[in-house]
Amino acid sequence: MGATALRNGPSPVPAPIDSIVEVRGISKTYGNVEALRGIDLDFPRGKLTSLLGPSGCGKTTLLKIIAGLIRADGGTVAINGKRVSAPGPERAFVFQDFALMPWATVMRNVAFGLELRGTNKAEREEIARRYIAEVGLAGFEDKYPHQLSGGMRQRVGLARALSVDADVLLLDEPFSAVDEQNRRKFQEDLIRLRTNQNKTFIFVTHSIEEAVYISDRIVLLSPRPGRVSQIIEPEIGRSGDPERIHRDRHYLDTVEEIWQGLKQYVE
Amino acid sequence: MAVSIRTDGEAAGLASPSTRSATVASWDQPILLRLVSIALFAGIWEVAGRIPVSFAFPTFSDTIVAFFGLLADGSLATAYLSTLQPLVLGVVLSAFLGVGLGTICGLWRTGEWLVIPVFIVLQAAPVAAFIPMVTFVYGIGMTAKTLAVMILALPVIVLNTYKAVRNVNESLLVMCRSFMGTRWQTVAKIILPDASPVIFAGLRLGVAAGFVGVVLAELLITPTGIGDLITFHRSRADYAEMYATIASIIALSTLTLVFLQWVEVRVFRPESRGT
Repeated sequence: MGATALRNGPSPVPAPIDSIVEVRGISKTYGNVEALRGIDLDFPRGKLTSLLGPSGCGKTTLLKIIAGLIRADGGTVAINGKRVSAPGPERAFVFQDFALMPWATVMRNVAFGLELRGTNKAEREEIARRYIAEVGLAGFEDKYPHQLSGGMRQRVGLARALSVDADVLLLDEPFSAVDEQNRRKFQEDLIRLRTNQNKTFIFVTHSIEEAVYISDRIVLLSPRPGRVSQIIEPEIGRSGDPERIHRDRHYLDTVEEIWQGLKQYVE
Repeated sequence: MAVSIRTDGEAAGLASPSTRSATVASWDQPILLRLVSIALFAGIWEVAGRIPVSFAFPTFSDTIVAFFGLLADGSLATAYLSTLQPLVLGVVLSAFLGVGLGTICGLWRTGEWLVIPVFIVLQAAPVAAFIPMVTFVYGIGMTAKTLAVMILALPVIVLNTYKAVRNVNESLLVMCRSFMGTRWQTVAKIILPDASPVIFAGLRLGVAAGFVGVVLAELLITPTGIGDLITFHRSRADYAEMYATIASIIALSTLTLVFLQWVEVRVFRPESRGT
């Protein structure tokens, strides 16, 4: 408990030192279902922030609004101080269902963001090759997605997002379609990757353990309507062996604390 | 039999990382089976011809001899020269027009409402009934025959393309948008490749229908080309020659479809090669 910084209430959190993404008063309604109401959030630069909450709390909707893939009914999103309402080069998205082109090789899939930007073939393949190696898929460049396991496919999705060199990576439940063993490995790799890459990660998940394990900052959303209910900054040292985090006392305490907070929303 | 079981076992053991030997094993057998299937068919034909089933039913061997006779005297070449013109023209026009129209209708609501009902009716209609009408309007030349090919080939190509484009994988569209793909890039790099299996299924059906169209036209409109060769040999009771002509156009149609499939896998769906 003591090691966990807690800020309660839906009121705007005082802006951290340097926030790269600023969300102000975002609301979204689907038919007569209010998915999000008055969301104010700041995402600190270079940190991994998780959006955590039970299903129906609008976390994926919020992520897609930040990505510019869904239009909000009200409010604004600013990246580096500039208002955005459509996808842009400073953001890259990792999809829950991977969204890989089945007819394209790993190489072409990873280089696809650059291909759309008109980068020439030699250059984009060089960049893609680097990120394929970075996510641990070196040697699989000429394979097709159906030849890869779920975990490897999501690595392709991650490499594709990394290779466009965006400042902000938006990950929509990237591990939910990946089996448990691969997920653990992938989470460890993500922690390692985050220290190497100077990027901001916004991560949507419904897994408390996952959020606490990888995040610098956890935004808890409550459902119907989706609102920010709590912001938690787990202070867990990630420099050592990633295996040890799972046995860390602060880790276990924080998981328990979040679970107590979320319990009321679970039928 | 023992051999095939052994290779299956090997293939299963070698599932990853290199599936090379597995692909080789699974390729050999279908080709062998296909040859057996053709040989079986030829054998039954030969027996049926020898019984004989009908005095107008030649044996397989007679038909083959007649086929080489037609090749040697040049009548087959002459016939195909005149048949292929409207056929190729009609099929190529239908392919481009059909895929183009289908794509537009799949992407654009108004186009869908204007065009698709016409082709749904055309596909349901016994189109051969239009051929006398086409003759009445366009005479007995190239135009009428090309039109006959197109009337038969176009609807299935348009409708398949339209359906494929409408049902394109939504998550790939979102992906393309998130990486700032333009409208054109989305169509060229996502929608068409994703739709290509269904588009090609339509093209195969369309090409097959085009062969029906050209033969119908030559039987009904003007006795030229293959249609004429069939009619001519029937009237002279040269049944072996008649069957050889019919078999040749079936063979050509089959080869065209196989070629089309090869192009599809080669160009559009490289990932399905060997699986």
